[in-house]
This record gives sequence, structure tokens and C-alpha cells, in this order.
Amino acid sequence: MLPTDTQDPDHYHRVVDCQWACPAHTDVPEYIRLIALGRYGDAYLVNRQTNVFPGILGRVCDRPCEPACRRTRVEARPVAICRLKRVAADLREDITARLPRAPARGNGKRVACIGAGPASLTVANDLVPLGYSVVIFEQHAQAGGLMRTNIPSFRLPAAVLDEEIGYITAMGAELRLGTPITSLAALLEPGDFDAVFVGSGAPRGKELRLPGRDDSDRIHIGIAWLESVAFGHVTSIGERVLIIGVGNTAMDCCRSSLRLGAKSVRVMARKPRGFFKASEWELEDAEEESVEIVVNHAPKAFVIRDGRLQGMRFDRLEYEMDGERITAQRIVEEVFVPCDDVILAIGQENAFPWIERDLGIEFDAQDLPRVDPVTLASTRRGVFFGGDAAFGPKNIIHAVAQGHEAALSIDLHCRGESLTERPPRGVTLQSRRIGMHDWSYRNDYDARERRLVPHVSLRERFARLDVEVELGFDAARAAEEVRRCLNCDIQTVFDAPLCIECDACIDICPTDCLTITADGEPAEVLARLRAPRQHPEQPLYISAALRQSGRIMVKDEDLCVHCGLCAERCPTNAWDMQKSWVHIPQAGDEARCQSEPQRRRA
Amino acid sequence: MSFMPKPKVANPGLPVNALGLNRRDYEGGMSTLCAGCGHDSVTAAIVQACYELALPPQSVAKFSGIGCSSKTTAYFVAGAHGFNAVHGRMPSIAAGAHAANRHLHCIGVSGDGDSLSIGLGQFAHAIRRNPDMLYLIENNGVYGLTKGQFSASADVGSRSRKGDVNEQRPIDPVLLALALGAPFVARSFSGDKEQLVPLIKAGLACGGFALIDVLSPCVTFNDHEGSTKSYAYVREHREAPVAVDYVAPRREIEVRYAPGEVLPVTLHDGSNVLLRKLDPDYDPTDRARAAAFVQERALANEYVTGLIYMEPERRDFHTRHRTAEEALNALPFERLCPGAGRLAEIQRGFR
Ligand SMILES: Cc1cc2nc3c(=O)[nH]c(=O)nc-3n(C[C@H](O)[C@H](O)[C@H](O)COP(=O)(O)OP(=O)(O)OC[C@H]3O[C@@H](n4cnc5c(N)ncnc54)[C@H](O)[C@@H]3O)c2cc1C
Ligand SMILES: Cc1ncc(C[n+]2csc(CCOP(=O)(O)OP(=O)(O)O)c2C)c(N)n1
Ligand code: SF4
Ligand code: SF4
Ligand code: SF4
Ligand SMILES: [Mg+2]
Repeated sequence: MLPTDTQDPDHYHRVVDCQWACPAHTDVPEYIRLIALGRYGDAYLVNRQTNVFPGILGRVCDRPCEPACRRTRVEARPVAICRLKRVAADLREDITARLPRAPARGNGKRVACIGAGPASLTVANDLVPLGYSVVIFEQHAQAGGLMRTNIPSFRLPAAVLDEEIGYITAMGAELRLGTPITSLAALLEPGDFDAVFVGSGAPRGKELRLPGRDDSDRIHIGIAWLESVAFGHVTSIGERVLIIGVGNTAMDCCRSSLRLGAKSVRVMARKPRGFFKASEWELEDAEEESVEIVVNHAPKAFVIRDGRLQGMRFDRLEYEMDGERITAQRIVEEVFVPCDDVILAIGQENAFPWIERDLGIEFDAQDLPRVDPVTLASTRRGVFFGGDAAFGPKNIIHAVAQGHEAALSIDLHCRGESLTERPPRGVTLQSRRIGMHDWSYRNDYDARERRLVPHVSLRERFARLDVEVELGFDAARAAEEVRRCLNCDIQTVFDAPLCIECDACIDICPTDCLTITADGEPAEVLARLRAPRQHPEQPLYISAALRQSGRIMVKDEDLCVHCGLCAERCPTNAWDMQKSWVHIPQAGDEARCQSEPQRRRA
Repeated sequence: MSFMPKPKVANPGLPVNALGLNRRDYEGGMSTLCAGCGHDSVTAAIVQACYELALPPQSVAKFSGIGCSSKTTAYFVAGAHGFNAVHGRMPSIAAGAHAANRHLHCIGVSGDGDSLSIGLGQFAHAIRRNPDMLYLIENNGVYGLTKGQFSASADVGSRSRKGDVNEQRPIDPVLLALALGAPFVARSFSGDKEQLVPLIKAGLACGGFALIDVLSPCVTFNDHEGSTKSYAYVREHREAPVAVDYVAPRREIEVRYAPGEVLPVTLHDGSNVLLRKLDPDYDPTDRARAAAFVQERALANEYVTGLIYMEPERRDFHTRHRTAEEALNALPFERLCPGAGRLAEIQRGFR
């Protein structure tokens, strides 16, 4: 088999499952180790470097990292990565002096950002320290985008938002609140800006066109309703509320209703449980609050009598399933469900009524702008899109990741360089051996199960709309949870010419990751692995031919617990445990960038 | 050595044997040997073989003397019985245990120092007695534990780490066992589990004294250029005329071999040892020619490995002595101790 090219920056990166899965590629194990050392401020800054909003994301991130966590493959539940991020934020000392600032003299370039959501804020965060003057135009009176207007304050307190957005304005980003952009042409025309970033989100809630829709004012669109709640325009709701749809918006709507006076809240789902869009933890939180989730009900009509909403009619459905696939459905009966209010939470759409269609910005058949997925450039030079505005509704961490890429593009654009010749990704390795049997990381496997986050009691949490439900880990609980991290960024790095084929590493590996075997066709070699591959999507490492026998060392990265025993038992240091620093370029990085080979090898 | 025990976490895909145990269940305590010591690989091979044979851990008895090699009985099958004897005296302890309970799977682990220097007499007599036991010599050509002095198995011309040359002729345990009538004689290499694991299984099943001389490099004191027991040297200088496949009882012999190529030997428990000839002229059932072959190849600086000799039929210790089938601890007291009257009777018979 062909030896693995470990110079490929993705090879070691893929081993760090969480970091690979995180759209912003946060160095998760690094910050977890810093928390273990009680260095909360440092842990916060490691986070901030890539995800910009550790306090916010530590509460409400969609956490694609957790299902990816290696711990789910060797045990059952992932490390509480997201909740540990919050620990870094909650327990940090004052780090404001360590944040980047605008330089004394700007570079004379001006960038406009439309919308003050996480995407635009990230662009500002990256460009202001490079000397750009960045102006953020926001229609609302407060910054934060959907994080402010839609994510309820019992999940994300306003103070956390204020603080982390404040870091960016304090750097020198100019925030123009209450300033809707009603014409992009008008913004572009005077030539005030060298680049424009559109981070206006996906602001329109989807409609449900059914009989009776327009005959009552008690039928609300979820994201608009949440916004009214956030701004205090709506302060109450009827006793019986139906939520249509079962995504994350629905979860926020039902839990907000309970806090505004609803006594019975039902979430009406068209399909069975396995098909829900809401994250498992959001469903759990809602059900803990006695929200009833009713499956297999397809909405049919709003029932209005004497101008008053009475309830809704549904078709109750039955599905035939083949494993996890629906093969057929049939209507069993029609049912009437009484209610006082209905909230529609069936999705969001993009809308750009304020972008003239003759500016050279192309839109596709779905009326979405044509945006390059790598550079985030539109078809008009100097206009970039990111976050929900670019590719439809996703989540905060995607918006942040795209904000970084867009900032990089804007910087290249303003310096007159090609957007596609982006500085390369890289990996730096650094040995963690500090003695014969000593490593500068804690390598013993801790079998304990995931720690649970305490919640405010069911009695207290409904007292006000903004009582934060999750309490977060305290330092003691955090100290237990961090021990579950497997340190996937402490890589096993192999130096084939040193190996004397004593088998010590093979014998000691607790999870049978390693095999020394004759070289051959991939299929034969894989058939001879010490343990059959369970997750073929996980990377393999293939060494060059070993000196004594010409055989090869094969490592299946899948279940390695990074215990370092292979390196500890190796008499010749052919295995070493080395920290990988994954380098994803951000705006301004080339200037600081070392030469390529230097950066890749420690 | 490492200071951290191998964590209990295991590959969730590990298969289990007929007893529902996986390979990790046959492990023992944390090794304190040098990192890279051949002995640790032999330990891993024993773990693998016991797992594959589905031995109940409590049916295994481990015996050893003194030496790095002798320490290893602590590192496999934690649930087994064990006895760590004084230097060179393991064979008599093992023979005694086997005499008291023929149902134990006895595994003796010794070193070239333990068996060929101080314990040579015990070793020789154990072979003569022919107890049913697997006897492994982890042969590294040095006294590892006492810092690398030449042992009795060091080859003429082999150099110590400091450069001294050994001039005394070696004792080859394989030749000794052939000469003394051992029914199962093999040699292997710690770095070749594909060869070693089936040999261990066959040796455990063979019903008599099974010797496996395992070349097991001492990575600290005897793995340098000029040593004839280093990883590199052994890898270069070994040849195997016969390979062994072990087939458990009630298992079909699945592989089809060309006639004359394979010799199946059925053991007392119904299992089969398939002797696969790699050298068509070699006859693993001819003791005298086997000995001659080993000597011949030694002159050409080659280690003969694999199964060297196997005798299908041989009266073992218990048959010869017509001892009770039950273990002594399972005999009713009256049978175990017939009483003073019976003793007096026996004594009268000698007057
Ligand atoms: C109910 C709900 C709950 C959610 N929960 C989560 C969660 O728990 N975790 C998570 O990761 N994601 C969640 N999301 C998704 C997440 O909030 C968004 O994906 C994210 O905020 C998108 O960021 P953005 O910067 O692209 O746009 P947005 O956050 O939408 O920000 C766009 C901003 O632009 C402003 N704007 C729009 N047009 C103009 C204009 N013409 N002129 C001036 N300003 C304008 C808007 O007012 C808004 O402030 C949730 C979404 C909803 C609807
Ligand atoms: C009666 C007695 N004599 C001498 C010793 C010292 N001693 C301890 S181990 C050993 C030799 C061990 O060599 P070997 O059996 O080859 O084991 P290795 O360490 O090489 O595996 C000696 C001589 C002893 N422990 N007891
Ligand atoms: S660090 Fe080495 S010994 Fe530990 S699990 Fe990974 S490959 Fe196996
Ligand atoms: S422990 Fe080291 S020398 Fe021994 S086989 Fe493994 S990598 Fe090679
Ligand atoms: S001294 Fe030699 S025999 Fe003893 S443990 Fe170390 S390498 Fe093994
Ligand atoms: Mg020795």
C-alpha cells in the first residue's frame, strides 16, 4: 500500500474528530487541557481564536463536534465539549487586555457589513485588528442577529451577548444600529467602501397556507413571534398553544410560550420521532418542561368561529416503515385539537428585497445569491456573502466559520490579490515527551461517564422569561468532565526507520489499533488488521517498509485512545506522541506566516 | 517499563471465545520489563493462545523461577494459579503440582539462565518425568535480570554489549530435549506470533512435556551488532522445516492440503495438530534425524524454528504411575489418607 502522506495537513487534523467536525476547527482538546489546569482565560482565548463567541457558543452551539467525539466510539457518550466551552467563559479571569485591537493607524480601507449577526461580527473581528475600518449596518436597535432576536434569553442571557459583541465594538468596529439597508445600490454607489459583506441572515419565516390562515390574529410565525417576545412587544399568550413543526425554532417557541402564561403546549409533528429536526438535547429540555410532542399529525385547517380561533384540524397518519425509511403513509382519521394560539415553526427562507437585480449579483432559481463556497464571493467583485444569507439557515458556528473565510477574501481583495490563491492550511507537530515515562499531558484513560449539567428547578425557572435554565458546570464538575477527553490532538507519530519490529506497541495497545503485516493490496492488508475496521471513514496510517522485514506498520486511527503506551513501550522512540497544531489561515495570516516546511514540521 | 497500566478500555469489536471471554480477559498485571523486551511478546502470544483455546482461567497453573523471563507469569491470565519458585527450581514445583492435579493446564516460563545454568539438572529430570506441561524458555543468551552476563545459551563468537566475545560452547535446550526424550520439541521467535501462537496451543494440548525454546531478544543487553540473539540477527538466521496449525476438537479440518504435504496428528483430547511440511525431506517424527538436522543447520549459523519433533504416542507421567484421575484436593479424605492401619501394613511389607 502507498505510505500515508503525513505532510498532508488534513491527515492529523482528521484524527482530532471534534476539531475536524467543528466548522471553525476549534482546538477542542487544547482548551480542555487548559481547563484541566485551571487556566480558564487561556482556554477562553484558544476558543475565541477560532469561534469568536465562546460564552455564546458554550450555551447554544449546535455542537457538531459532540456526535463526532471519539469517546462515542469507545464508550457511549461524547465529552461535554460544548458545556466545557461555557466553563472557560464562565470561570475566566478578565482577558480584555489580551484581546486584539485596531492598530494606531488604519490601512485606509473601508468595509461595510450588512446585519449585525455572528457572520458580520466575525468579519469585523478579523478585519479591524488589521487596520480596516468596518461599519456594521443593523436594522434593529440591538446587535446580535438571531442570537438576540430569536434565541430566547432563558437559553442565552443578554449579558453574555452584550459582553462578547462588546469585545468587537471595543476593538473599533463601528456599529450603526437602527439603520436598515434598503438599497444595496445606494450603499455601493458613492464608492465609500472597498468591500461589502452581506450577513443579513435568512429572515423570513415560512408560511403555512391552509384554510382560515388569514382569519385570525392568533396565528403567529415562529421567528417573528420570538423576535417580538425578545423585544418585549409580546408579553403573553393564550392558555392552550399549538406549535406546528418540530425543529429547534419550535422548541424555543414552546418553551417561550410556557413562560408567557401558556398552560398546555403541544408540538404537532407530521412524522414519527426519528424524523424530528430538533437536536436531541432541545427535545429533552422541552419535554422536561412538560411540553407534549404529538407525532403523526398533518395540519389540515385552522378552525375559526365568530372571528375567533377555536383550534386546528389534523389528519392523523400511519406510516409503514422499512427500517428508518418511510415506505407508505395513510390517513387514519381526522382530529380536531382545540387551542387559543398557533405558532408556525416550519422553517426560514432567505429574502433580499433590498438588493437590486441589476448590480451584477446573480441569483439562482430559488432566488439565492450565487456564492462561491470557498471564497464566499458573489458574482460582483467586492461583494461577499456569509452566514445564513449565503446558503440558507444553518447555525451560529457556520456563520462564524464563513465570517473568517469572507474576511480572508476581503483582505485579499483589498490588497489586490487573487481570492483563490489562499494561504495553505498546515499542521505543526511538537513532541509531548518530557522524560522516559513522562508526557506533558495526562494520558491515563478515565472510564467515568459524562457528567450532567445541573438545571434550575422547574418551579423557579418560569418566574421570569430570562431565568437561564442551565447552570453550567462548576469548577469541580468541570475538573471531572475534562478527564474524559482522550487528547486526540496528541498524535501518534511514527518514524519507520527506527522500528526494530519488537511488537511491543502492538502488544500493549489497549484497543488493537496497530498491526505490523506484510505489504500487499489494500484489501488483503486490511483483512489482516489485528481488529477489523469498524468505521472505514476513519483514517488509516500506513508506514513505509520497515527496515528488518520489509513489512509495514498500519494504524487504524478509529479507536486510538491516545494513551501513549505505544510510544512508552517502544524501545527506539519509533513512536512518539506529538501535539498537532492545525493551522487554518485567517485574514492577515500570510504576513505572519513562516515558510511552509517550517510550519509543518516541529 | 511504563508507569501506567494498560487501560481497561478495549476495542468494542473484540470477539469472544466459547466461554464468552475476550482476549483482554486473559491478560495479567502490568509488565515491569524493559520496553521492547521479547519476553513481553511471548506473554502476548500466551494470552492469545489461552484465549483461542478458551481455557477457563482457573484451570491454568503458571510456574516460573527467577529472571526477567520468570517474572512474566505475573503478566498473563490473572485468574490462574501461580507459583514463582527459587532460581532454577521451577521444574520440580511444576511436576509436583501436575502430580497432584492432572487437570491443570501447566505453563512453565523460564529463561536460558534459569533452565540451562542453575536449573539444568531440574530441567533435564522434568523432561525425563514427562509431566503434561508446556515449558517455555525465553532464550536471550544472557542473564537479563542481573544485567546481561553471557548465559549458557550464548553462541561461540557472540559479543556482549561491551564487546567481550563468548568462547564457551552453548547448551541448546532443543538438542537436550531431543536427547532426553521430550515428546514435543519446538523453537520459535518472540517476533513471530504467527508461528508461536499455534505452537503454544499444540504444546498445551500435546499431553506430555512440550518444550518451546523461544528466541526472545533482550533489547537492553543483547540486541546490538555482533549478538546472535538480537532481533535483526534472529530474523535473518532462521528457517522452519515444519509449520504447525492447531485444530480444536470437534472442528472440521477445513483447509485441503496436497497429499504428503501435511501430517495430521490427533491428540488425546480429539484435537488435531497439522504438521505442514515446508521442507519436503524433513520428518518431524524422526527424533535422531531431527537432532542431526538442528546441529547441521547450527553449523551454518541457522536457527531451526517451528515444530522440530513430535511423538504422537507416549505414556505420560500419570499413566506410568497409575495415579488417581481426580485431583488430590478432590479425593475424599479416606482415600487420600487411608489411615495408620494401612500405613503399618505397608511398612510390614518392607520388613
Ligand atoms: C428560533 C431559532 C433558534 C436558533 N437557535 C440556535 C441555536 O441554539 N444554536 C445555533 O447555533 N443556531 C441557532 N439558530 C440559528 C442561528 O441563530 C443563525 O444561523 C445565525 O444567527 C445566523 O447568523 P447570521 O450572521 O448569518 O445572520 P443573523 O443572525 O440572522 O443576523 C442577520 C442580521 O442582519 C440584520 N439584517 C437583515 N437584513 C438587514 C438589512 N437589510 N439591513 C440591516 N440589517 C439587516 C438582521 O436584523 C439581523 O440582525 C437559531 C435560529 C432560530 C430562528
Ligand atoms: C540462587 C540464585 N543465584 C543467582 C541469582 C541471581 N540471578 C537472578 S536472575 C539470574 C539469571 C536469569 O537469567 P535468565 O533465566 O536467562 O533470565 P532473563 O533475565 O535473561 O530473562 C541470576 C543468575 C539468584 N536470584 N538466585
Ligand atoms: S496511543 Fe498507541 S497504544 Fe494508545 S491506543 Fe493509541 S495506538 Fe494504541
Ligand atoms: S515498539 Fe517501537 S520498535 Fe517495537 S515494533 Fe513498535 S514501533 Fe517498532
Ligand atoms: S533486561 Fe533484557 S530480558 Fe530483562 S526485561 Fe530488560 S530487555 Fe528484557
Ligand atoms: Mg536470559
